[in-house]
Amino acid sequence: MRLGVKTLALVVLFSATGISYAGNVGPDEVKLVDGKIAMSLTGSNGDAAKGRDIFINRKQGNCLACHVNKEISEQAFHGKVGPPLDGVAGRWDEAELRAILVNSKKVLGEETIMPSFYRLINGTRTMKKFKGKTILSAEQVEDVLAYLKTLKEE
Amino acid sequence: MNINIKILSATVGICAISVSLIGQAFADADNDKLVVDGKVITTQAKAPADSELEKLYSGWRFRADETQSLQMDDFENPAFVAVDQAEDQFAMVEGKAGKSCADCHSDVTDFKGLRATLPRWNEAKGKPETLEHIINECRTDRMEAKAWKWEAPEMLGMTALIGLQSRGMPVAVKSDGPMQSVWKKGKDLYYTRVGQLDMSCASCHENNYGKMIRADHLSQGQINGFPVYRLKWGGLGSIHRRFKGCMQNIRAKPYKRGSDEFVALETYLATRGNGLSVETPAVRN
Ligand code: HEC
Ligand code: HEC
Repeated sequence: MRLGVKTLALVVLFSATGISYAGNVGPDEVKLVDGKIAMSLTGSNGDAAKGRDIFINRKQGNCLACHVNKEISEQAFHGKVGPPLDGVAGRWDEAELRAILVNSKKVLGEETIMPSFYRLINGTRTMKKFKGKTILSAEQVEDVLAYLKTLKEE
Repeated sequence: MNINIKILSATVGICAISVSLIGQAFADADNDKLVVDGKVITTQAKAPADSELEKLYSGWRFRADETQSLQMDDFENPAFVAVDQAEDQFAMVEGKAGKSCADCHSDVTDFKGLRATLPRWNEAKGKPETLEHIINECRTDRMEAKAWKWEAPEMLGMTALIGLQSRGMPVAVKSDGPMQSVWKKGKDLYYTRVGQLDMSCASCHENNYGKMIRADHLSQGQINGFPVYRLKWGGLGSIHRRFKGCMQNIRAKPYKRGSDEFVALETYLATRGNGLSVETPAVRN
């Protein structure tokens, strides 16, 4: 019941700004301040187990393409384009990690090769089927974030 | 049949090697030497003065030993099936003029050096030309035969055969004179971030070569070995096919094969490899 009221309030709040998913913060509405995004994009906590799958999946996060992660040692082929993510939760807090996922360019630098997983303005000539879409959904970003928060060991 | 088994075992070998690389420092080209037919082929060269690269390395230097070895012996190199067919094609009469390539070019060895200078400016057409353009101009204008499609097996075989005549010679493609604007356009394309993943060619091949991106060892993206036989393709593929694949991987809409954009990109990339040896036909995984 309480949850229902909150959701309703969010819908009312965001309908004025033309958001696509009821309850979720749209990519245009994200408040990234000083390298942090304080609020969950979905209003709730993500699912770490789902986040782990997204991290691996080549069509979703594909994070393993660039990052070594000991916690996923059952998977072959960890890339080395980015730093290892072992213990990443000890180096960045939740709000910072969310900001890196949403818009890596605003935290790691405009030149970074790391994709921005929840913003709409990317390179030119984006394929039709990906145009106007973010790489991950708000839920998926929160799921990956929940998983990253479990990576405490160096 | 024999070839298929070889390729299969090579692929299995590559997987095994890559697995053992995880967690190990592996940050550059390897030190292997490429010798074919007793001839040493330069896979490393001093970077030109204006280069963004410290040193030039052929893509061969970034491949696993199994893939490398396929390119060290023309009997093992699966591209030579197509090269042999192209030799027959060279002597074959086609088109209304009743001519074969051999009627005008007595020997394919006449083309020694050509591959190393392409793309180049075509004064008569007022346009840059690639090897594919030159071959098709002969077919349509002099043989009065149908032009081959960019990625047709005949075109791939012929570009491999003609390219092979320059094997071991240093790439020396011009970026000045009338080619300057083409080169400049190619350079802009090389550094433009494209696609939903928002990357440029430089993101991978200039800033991160030598590193693993998942199972792939990133090279400098040199084109001195094209057309290459790719085990994944199970056949030869053109430079423009490779460009297309790389663009699609970053979720960008590729330009068409033979488009002005890809010709410009080819021109720019060719000059980035000036000094490396022509390796056509190379083998890649
Ligand atoms: C194409 C390469 C690439 C992909 C894919 C990628 N990253 Fe990154 N990431 C990088 C690079 C490179 C850096 C380091 C910053 C820099 O040098 O630009 C980085 C930095 C980070 C950091 C900060 C790490 C630290 O210790 O400072 C985190 C966290 C991170 N990435 C998480 C992820 C997650 C989670 C995904 C997938 C959802 C992902 N990355 C996908 C390349 C990538
Ligand atoms: C996300 C990373 C990435 C981007 C961006 C990228 N490539 Fe590649 N490219 C690869 C990988 C991986 C390979 C296969 C291994 C290798 O040779 O690097 C490759 C191979 C190549 C090769 C073949 C090299 C050889 O020796 O066989 C060429 C040429 C090439 N790329 C050109 C380009 C061009 C041009 C662009 C920009 C339009 C581009 N690439 C963008 C990842 C990328």
